[in-house]
Amino acid sequence: MSEPNIYQPFLMRIDKITEEAPLVKTFKLVFVNDEEGKKFQFKAGQFGEYSVFGEGECTLCIASPPTRPGYIECTFRQAGRVTGALAGKEEGEIIGFRGPYGNTFPLEQWQGKNLLFIAGGIALPPLRCVIWNALDLRDRFKEITVIYGARSVADLVYKQELEEWAKRGDLKILTTVDPGGETPDWKGEIGFVPAVLEKADPICENTVALVCGPPIMIKLTLPVLAKLGFSPENTFTTLENRMKCGIGKCGHCMVGKYFVCKDGPVFTLAQLNQLPPEY
Amino acid sequence: MIIEKKLLKQDSVEKLFAKLKADGRRILAPKAQGDEIFFEQVASASEMAKDYIQTTLSPKGAVFPRVEALFRYQMEGKDVKIENNSEPQPTVIFGLRPCDAASFAILNSVFSWDYQDSQFKSRLAQTAAITVSCSRADEYCFCTSVGGSPGDTKGSDILLTRIGSGDYLAEILTEKGKAMVTLAPELFAEAPSEDKEKYLAKVPVKFDLKKLTEKLPEAFNNNELWMEQSLRCLGCGACAFVCPACVCFDIQDESKRESGVRLRCWDSCGFSLFTAHTSGHNPRPVQSQRWRQRVMHKFSYFNDRQKYLGCVGCGRCSRKCPADMNLLEHLKAIAEAR
Ligand SMILES: Cc1cc2nc3c(=O)[nH]c(=O)nc-3n(C[C@H](O)[C@H](O)[C@H](O)COP(=O)(O)OP(=O)(O)OC[C@H]3O[C@@H](n4cnc5c(N)ncnc54)[C@H](O)[C@@H]3O)c2cc1C
Ligand code: SF4
Ligand code: SF4
Ligand code: FES
Repeated sequence: MSEPNIYQPFLMRIDKITEEAPLVKTFKLVFVNDEEGKKFQFKAGQFGEYSVFGEGECTLCIASPPTRPGYIECTFRQAGRVTGALAGKEEGEIIGFRGPYGNTFPLEQWQGKNLLFIAGGIALPPLRCVIWNALDLRDRFKEITVIYGARSVADLVYKQELEEWAKRGDLKILTTVDPGGETPDWKGEIGFVPAVLEKADPICENTVALVCGPPIMIKLTLPVLAKLGFSPENTFTTLENRMKCGIGKCGHCMVGKYFVCKDGPVFTLAQLNQLPPEY
Repeated sequence: MIIEKKLLKQDSVEKLFAKLKADGRRILAPKAQGDEIFFEQVASASEMAKDYIQTTLSPKGAVFPRVEALFRYQMEGKDVKIENNSEPQPTVIFGLRPCDAASFAILNSVFSWDYQDSQFKSRLAQTAAITVSCSRADEYCFCTSVGGSPGDTKGSDILLTRIGSGDYLAEILTEKGKAMVTLAPELFAEAPSEDKEKYLAKVPVKFDLKKLTEKLPEAFNNNELWMEQSLRCLGCGACAFVCPACVCFDIQDESKRESGVRLRCWDSCGFSLFTAHTSGHNPRPVQSQRWRQRVMHKFSYFNDRQKYLGCVGCGRCSRKCPADMNLLEHLKAIAEAR
């Protein structure tokens, strides 16, 4: 066939595996074919279809920043068939990846702005990509604030990076765990993300807010952001839907006439307000 | 768009098949299996079903198979080798209806917007359609309500219309059609001066498409409407399976030890699992929402995004629904609602 097969994945070698939390791992993936790796480009917010040959494909965001070429990372929770099979893979083994797919966070438009990141649980990966992207281009942005919460200390992902970020002087980070989820030596906040956000009282002028987390956290966080003065146009989040193709063909991810895989996964709150509440 | 008109004698069809086969093409034609009729590979025109209004399954499978390999893979130690499909065999579909022929453009609009689906495109490029226009229709047919007609030429390479003598008036419509004629020019005689219209089925327009498409965005929020319309729906997916214009698909792996295949299979928005998240959350938890998605996708979203309707009015979904859901009646009800 004259044109390339759009369903054929890149072959990726698992270079490094990090255990993040119970059932959560990060894979660092490098291209088996150097040439493919050199040509590969993506932007913050995009995702891909990761595959275990013999088991199938699953949709995961690219959790590493585009400012660090040559590899990609994904962080996943072992949830079902494919993520279960991924979890069984070892360093050196080969998996498939096709992408990058979907739209992106408009970082170019955010030059000179403050960035406020709000994440809950396993939903830090998509924001971690943007955080590193912004830190790698630190002088383009003003204040960077990260508010991240999980059920318990064990459930926090990227623990090493959280410590690393806390030590840097150029971003403000607040980590919190649900009441009862703390350990004796826990030095962070205790409480739910919306409450911690309200207490932190970040300024809304010249600031964009990025929110990713479980539906309940998002639901309770959005009113707080509105109260703090954030407009729907300056509030960004990502949507998840069951996906198969990732490229606007299979029909699985539709919300009204939109494909989450093509028109998303990144949406502003203003855009979400235009979508039907159920579809 | 008609390149030329010719006459194809009834008994020349067999000879045409022989020429097409000699040219290395596979011929798919309607073949009876009990009461059902399917497009199957035939060696001779005599194998074809004699009389049918519409086949059970559409000819969609010729360009978008029910199950197809996207690629094969082989594990070698820690390495993986991927093998892509070879070029598809040139294929002639004979005896499809004008509504079926019109559906290829709909499928193509999905497979070749943005990312180009090379496998679909090369199948389509290798496929030629010799359509036979409809001399009969039934109460399920509504091509004329969605922009088609029993003698419509859209999507066909050659359109045959059976005239009084039993021979076919042949309209050669495309370069692909011309290439087939060139294989056997002696079979295509000078066309009589007859008009095909009088041999065509009469299919009255059954609803106002403009009204339907205008009303759908509003009707979206009318939960009662969708509940009522879908009460009988079992969510079996048969309607999508027989539909020439349904494109939704699933991707699954099948493997035996070190080797396997990544498959694409037809799927249906009528299934509850179609949207089920791994967490158990399902954004479309009830059948009325799935029915709504089917109607909205075909007659509103598709229209908006792809500039096509997702339906050619072939009536198959209603003929085959085990619960006797009638799409046409439901569309009429929406278009005529005040
Ligand atoms: C844009 C996006 C980004 C995401 N990013 C992340 C991320 O960074 N990290 C993360 O952890 N998660 C992420 N997710 C969620 C992630 O995609 C799912 O958790 C993952 O797909 C689960 O796959 P699984 O195979 O393990 O689950 P399963 O539920 O076992 O299966 C999923 C697939 O298996 C097949 N399947 C299973 N059961 C059935 C059945 N009964 N009938 C038919 N088919 C079946 C289907 O092909 C199905 O799609 C993201 C999702 C989206 C949409
Ligand atoms: S064929 Fe009938 S019962 Fe089955 S999903 Fe379609 S409308 Fe529902
Ligand atoms: S929706 Fe029904 S009538 Fe329309 S093309 Fe599909 S099967 Fe035919
Ligand atoms: S995942 Fe297939 S259309 Fe979006």
